[in-house]
Amino acid sequence: MVEKGGVLVFAEQNDGKIHPVSYELLGKGRSLADNLGVKLSAVLLGHSIQQKASDLIHYGADIVYIYDHQFLADFDVVQYSQNIVRLVKETDPNIFLLGATRIGRTLAPRVAAALRTGLTADCVDLILDENGKLVQIRPAFSGNIMAQVKTRTKPQMATVRYKVMKTNVKDVSRSGKIILKTAEILSNTGIQILEKTETKSVNLVEANVIVSGGRGLKSPGDFVLLNELAQLLGGVVGSSRPLVDSGWISKDRQVGFSGFTVKPKVYVACGISGSPQHLFGMRDSDTIIAINKDASAPIFNVADYGIVGDIYEVLPILIHELKKMKKG
Amino acid sequence: MKLLGRKTMLNPLNIIVLIKQVPDIEKVRFDYDKGRLDRGSAEATTNPFDLNALETAVQIKEKVGGVVTAISMGPENAIETLRDALARGADKAVLLTDIKFAGADTLATSYTLSCAVKKIGLFDLLVCGEKSVDGDTAQVGPEVAEFLGIPHVAYVEEVLEVKATEITVKSRFDEKSYLVKIRFPSLITVTKDVNVPRLPTLKDKLRSRKAEVTVWNASNLLDVAEEQLFGLTGSATWVAKVYAPSADKRKCQIIGGTLEEKSKKIAEVLAKLGVLR
Repeated sequence: MVEKGGVLVFAEQNDGKIHPVSYELLGKGRSLADNLGVKLSAVLLGHSIQQKASDLIHYGADIVYIYDHQFLADFDVVQYSQNIVRLVKETDPNIFLLGATRIGRTLAPRVAAALRTGLTADCVDLILDENGKLVQIRPAFSGNIMAQVKTRTKPQMATVRYKVMKTNVKDVSRSGKIILKTAEILSNTGIQILEKTETKSVNLVEANVIVSGGRGLKSPGDFVLLNELAQLLGGVVGSSRPLVDSGWISKDRQVGFSGFTVKPKVYVACGISGSPQHLFGMRDSDTIIAINKDASAPIFNVADYGIVGDIYEVLPILIHELKKMKKG
Repeated sequence: MKLLGRKTMLNPLNIIVLIKQVPDIEKVRFDYDKGRLDRGSAEATTNPFDLNALETAVQIKEKVGGVVTAISMGPENAIETLRDALARGADKAVLLTDIKFAGADTLATSYTLSCAVKKIGLFDLLVCGEKSVDGDTAQVGPEVAEFLGIPHVAYVEEVLEVKATEITVKSRFDEKSYLVKIRFPSLITVTKDVNVPRLPTLKDKLRSRKAEVTVWNASNLLDVAEEQLFGLTGSATWVAKVYAPSADKRKCQIIGGTLEEKSKKIAEVLAKLGVLR
């Protein structure tokens, strides 16, 4: 018996590993489903991934639909979307959530267009209105405004930003149904992956602490100073856009609208004035510390702690203090 | 772009680029009380990501031969965006403008654009920017591909090879880089890393002032489209409310004192946060 009208979550896997955003979606999906009094399902496509189904149940799913096929091992937008479209037509969910990862944002629009339903991109919050309709909250205009979006069609589809929703505590006593589906496979979708390589980039998004440099830096070599501070805090070095554009540091370090959106525990902004585009990428950090010569710099509007001063004077002393503390 | 390919092909490629006119995001201001942007605060400009898409198409054309058609949906003055595209190397331009197209969400926008592509008929490759700076959705490209029933690759960072029937690109998905071959007809969306868009010369700008831009309204598309799927009536989502981001401002505690005192205080804050290794 298929449960209709529920909440469906796309469980994203890479090389058989579930992307953590999927567990976050299950956390949010669980509370939406409970409020609506419906079931929470997850759909997982891949190859030899059946043993992952129980994890999805432990994180909140009632039902897990599995599509297991060698042609689904790597993400192929055509194979994935046609199977998901078929599942949605069959199970008729009310709400369908995907992670706003690059895979999610490649896949979701195709599924939405095929189903002729609405899709809201990159949501940072989801709530239910008084009629049980999904209110999808997202930034627009490069983060300058927030919009509440509603959908008049079914399913109400949204991609949800990574590291925004809370993952439920894993509960190994939870039980659920695992349903193996027969995958519909095209022998040739027109897309052929010739090679897959790990990019050796710094993972800003996962970092606990980020020490970022901006135009207050005088030369590329001065990142050494920021790196020393980052090392003491178990963090990594980030950057605002101008320094990346000038070739001082690689693109994988760029925080901001055209770079990465980060949400570390601590963000230390060194010599960053705080353009709207930069603030967009870091203002949701737990604690923000800003060091800047200019007391009127917009970075202080989003910071929790500020030092008005020259980073070349402050940083060496701060590093010295931290080293002292570490010893003591 | 390190582009390999035959200098000219038997049949020149038909490449279509989708372009959006947007307010200049660096200058635009918002009227938070009214919940909308102050349109008078910034000039309209071409979506910066679409300039990378256009440059990709023009580079392919220059390498292997072809015709580049730019399509834009928008108000009448979006013709300026198309003239800019013509100055930057597009050969033809089509403007979709009609009050019936207005108020479209990504679904209705993609539907309308895909109908215009169908009306143009033969094409090999559609190129879109990764996203627009006003909507930020990155949805229109992939939705157009679905409406046209063609494969697509998003987040293309490099075009490596173009042949008569296929293109090889490098695309990055989170921590993995993929080398992908995709057959024509197909669609790619490109990131800002794919190239540096050229600036139009004065001569090209002047030429584009006089160039012809095809203008289609809703009635011109009815042989390939259903009118109720355009614009507001064709949209599946609606914006219920717009407001200023609440997390925007924090109460910043400015640390005073001597350099040593300031640094010490910050060090203490960091220790208290438990991040000191």
